[in-house]
Amino acid sequence: MSHSVELHKVGMTFGATRAVGDVSFNVEGGEFFSILGPSGCGKTTILRMIAGFLQPTEGRITIGGKDMAGLGPNQRPTAMIFQSLALFPLMPVWENIAFGLEARGASKAERRSKADELLKLIALEGYGDRMPGELSGGQRQRVAIARALAVEPQVLLLDEPLSALDLKLRQHMRAELRALQKRTGVTFIYITHDQSEALAMSDRIAVMSAGVLQQVGAPRELYDNPATPFVATFVGETNVVAGKATAVEAGIATVETGLGTMRGRAGPGVAAGQAVRLYVRPEALVPGGKGDNTLSATVERIDFEGAFALAHGRLADGSAMVASISSTDLGGAPAIGGSATFGFDTRHAVVLPDG
Amino acid sequence: MAELYRRFGGGLSTIFVALVLMWLAGMVLAPNIMMVDYALRPNLPPAQIGGPNDVYSLDNVMYLANEAVHRSIFFKTIWASAFVAFATFVVCYPLAYWLAQHATPSQTAIALLALTIPFWINEVLRTLAWYIILAFRGPLNALLLSLGIIDEPMRWYGNGGVLAGMIYAYILFMLFPIYNAIESLEKAQIEAARDLGASTWRIHWRVVMPHAKAGIATGCVFTFMLAAGSYVAPALLGAPGSRWFTEIIYNWFFEGGDWNRGAAYALVLLVLCLVVVLVTLKLARVNLTDVAK
Repeated sequence: MSHSVELHKVGMTFGATRAVGDVSFNVEGGEFFSILGPSGCGKTTILRMIAGFLQPTEGRITIGGKDMAGLGPNQRPTAMIFQSLALFPLMPVWENIAFGLEARGASKAERRSKADELLKLIALEGYGDRMPGELSGGQRQRVAIARALAVEPQVLLLDEPLSALDLKLRQHMRAELRALQKRTGVTFIYITHDQSEALAMSDRIAVMSAGVLQQVGAPRELYDNPATPFVATFVGETNVVAGKATAVEAGIATVETGLGTMRGRAGPGVAAGQAVRLYVRPEALVPGGKGDNTLSATVERIDFEGAFALAHGRLADGSAMVASISSTDLGGAPAIGGSATFGFDTRHAVVLPDG
Repeated sequence: MAELYRRFGGGLSTIFVALVLMWLAGMVLAPNIMMVDYALRPNLPPAQIGGPNDVYSLDNVMYLANEAVHRSIFFKTIWASAFVAFATFVVCYPLAYWLAQHATPSQTAIALLALTIPFWINEVLRTLAWYIILAFRGPLNALLLSLGIIDEPMRWYGNGGVLAGMIYAYILFMLFPIYNAIESLEKAQIEAARDLGASTWRIHWRVVMPHAKAGIATGCVFTFMLAAGSYVAPALLGAPGSRWFTEIIYNWFFEGGDWNRGAAYALVLLVLCLVVVLVTLKLARVNLTDVAK
């Protein structure tokens, strides 16, 4: 079982700027854990604190139960994969992979055999004597992973390593990374600003915004039960209707909006009399008005995306609305320019405090 | 060349090319050909120049080969210049690394300015400053005596003085090529090496220095050539025991009155310097054109 990572009230201040504040979460051993957030949200700072490139100004980081305070990156059971990959361009691939072993004083034969073993793992057998510059983007990616795995880390830290790849390759590498993680059992902490990447790969995700931890949970949980307005809007597409909660009963909030009364599941901190927002996913909106609640909109355009189509409309209060319609149901799609009614179930809507 | 003609027209371009050719022929080629010519001919009284004794031979070069003192000073100059290059590298590398990877932009600006200002003063005057600092009753001895590090004033002129003066004179020639090379190294590579457990020494040996190899070779070649051809530092800061080969060449010209032998000595120094430079570049796998950049 590989090591767990715990962050306890971790904060980082650069001069007058507070990059990260009061972040606590536990990553379990062998877990694929993502930290998701827009650029500048502090996720890279957290990764660099776990790696040991930065020492937190507040709080404590433990890896495998051991306090990491004062330990540098070369003294921690972690290995990092950099956004730029940072392969050593003047060393052949096998020396790149074996660099960590070289630093540990392994003999040349030992290094070579370990490198060959790892090249097999990443399906690049026979590429050991090439230079990194001769490899494709995806191959370099795999070499960077092998180089990090060569030191047998307990925790692998990945700083948006797929961001430089094109879409097809990125999707392929997602699956490959996921499979590699399951095979090696190493704890992965993965940084990304791409929510679909995080949803597709992770066991659990921590969502960050402006240096503050918003929510930690499994992908489904974040998507279905966002705890904060930021999570509701950042993770996946959503429609927002502002209003005032008139009643909260048995976890269901009744919301008085400019578009009529609607009901949705009450999120944390919602109380009667409060200004709230109701969030409903595009795929929860059903054309034709079937459901517990209804929304009327003028349909402006329909974008065909292949498996589904997105109907963009405008609500009576002037705000935008988007509904996802399965391609197989397109026959019953509303006409462009016309008015249409969309229905949604109460259990598919979430109500969160305004703010 | 075609680009030049296209841009400036035939007349102006021809003038440019002619000027460059005249410069090369008059200022570079002619003196060197004259040096070779002088080196290969005997030193004769004016009346015999062009006479039956005025024939080409290697006598002047052979004189150096058979003259034990000159020969040893020659080889000493070569290895001492190599040592100067090495010592300058040792002084400059940490500074270049710090400037390129750690210093803030304002720190870099101040440091580079501080390093450049002394170069606004003539080399002879800068060396004279060291002459004063290293004098027997000079400030360095006074400082060391007052700190109790030495009991008697030291005589710094000689090998130590020449080394100090040369390192000081050539710092920028070493610093800038290395600084430029290290500056282009991606910080993440250094971090990756550290993350993989490498010691500081290994990070430099395996990652930073290989990346900066062209810059290091350039700096060393510059410094070596300047040191081997240096006259001021050994003349001012040297002692009879630390004679430099350039001083012997000088003596043949201006005291011995034998220009031919002086030219032969200079030619040998030039050839050996060229060999050392080309071998160094070959070993470092750097092209001469990279150095010129």
